[in-house]
Amino acid sequence: MRHLLNPLDFSVEETGRLLDLAVDIEHHLPEYAHVCDGKKIATLFYEPSTRTRLSFEAAMLNLGGSVLGFSSAASSSAAKGESVADTIRMISCYADICAMRHPKEGAPLVASLHSSIPVINAGDGGHQHPTQTLTDLMTIRSLLGRLNHMTVGLCGDLKFGRTVHSLINALVRYGDVKFVLISPPELRIPEYIREDVLLANHVEFEEVDNLDEAMPDLDILYMTRVQRERFFNEEDYIRLKDCYILDKAKMKLAKENMFVLHPLPRVNEISVEVDDDPRAAYFRQVQYGVYVRMALIMTLLEVEKSC
Amino acid sequence: MLNISGLKEGIVLDHIQAGKSLDIYYHLGLDKLECQVAIIKNAKSSKMGRKDIIKIEGALDTLDLKVLGYIDHNITVNIIKDDQIVEKKTLKLPKKITNVIHCKNPRCITSIEQELPHVFYLSDAAAETYRCLYCEEKYGK
Repeated sequence: MRHLLNPLDFSVEETGRLLDLAVDIEHHLPEYAHVCDGKKIATLFYEPSTRTRLSFEAAMLNLGGSVLGFSSAASSSAAKGESVADTIRMISCYADICAMRHPKEGAPLVASLHSSIPVINAGDGGHQHPTQTLTDLMTIRSLLGRLNHMTVGLCGDLKFGRTVHSLINALVRYGDVKFVLISPPELRIPEYIREDVLLANHVEFEEVDNLDEAMPDLDILYMTRVQRERFFNEEDYIRLKDCYILDKAKMKLAKENMFVLHPLPRVNEISVEVDDDPRAAYFRQVQYGVYVRMALIMTLLEVEKSC
Repeated sequence: MLNISGLKEGIVLDHIQAGKSLDIYYHLGLDKLECQVAIIKNAKSSKMGRKDIIKIEGALDTLDLKVLGYIDHNITVNIIKDDQIVEKKTLKLPKKITNVIHCKNPRCITSIEQELPHVFYLSDAAAETYRCLYCEEKYGK
């Protein structure tokens, strides 16, 4: 039995096979409508999320399975003080696979140590968000046709933005990817990503605070939201929340074949006037997210399409 | 010269960095043992200039070498039997340590689930870096 806790849990080859399966699902969706008949996914969401939870649920429903779970800690036994270990032991009796989002870092790992069903990390605090990474990889591969030979700009909250950490971890394995890390000094990437991932792998990167100057070089611009829930101090959040706003004027500085991604939800960091630009790929990214989660559920449950 | 009586059976921890012997005394839980323990501070050392030494009577099975390896893997562990050094153990940085140090990251799951063991793994042996198993936060010694 396998879990997905970290984007590096799957090798490059395994990730490639999973993305190939996701592409096949994209093009032959009806053929996968019953591969998970009788299977159940538990979505254990200890903090609010619309997109990720519904994406997992849509993925399982598309595969013919069913869903159960909770969407906030207040509506679970966590409110009564139940530990993650006890919750997963109980859920293991009800479901075949589970997706867990938790505000505390490492909670899905704790669950995996006590689980008899596969555990998928659906986001743990500011730590990892591997299914968003798989979504991002599929989106980039579909748009550019490759996962290397490119310059990726990551913009906004690079300190607490777990999607950013996971994506960097995953992309460095493909080689020849240059990163432009665009953030205010307070929200720069954590030191463990800089030292253990970028410097340790001799990856080319620069840390800047000016988005306009970075735009012309980018093949991918990955925008992120400054997340209120990650700040202990409201004043810091207010000061930093609108530090970057992507608008039409900034898009004019970019290449014709550059694409904008965003893990969503957005607040102000991408102006709605950008939505109609063909390079705005963040809503396509959402659709890819469902396909990639379908492929992941199938992979972890070890089910295949019948011939 | 200060004279400390010899050990018939026990353990001598030699080449402890000067001033660190009390940390080791508590980390190893020696304060909870009934046996005799001698702590020698600032002894002269040709190799180190000054060093600390701890002599522990008996207690051969109670010493957690993993903890000691984490604290300082340059310490020499001499096993004494019948007034003779019968074994010199060299220490290594342990790959994993449990409940020796505690994660200080307020966002870590260990901050709210008190019964969880605090597990750290060696992420970089050259830099002697340990990270929390759960949140991967680096522990600063």
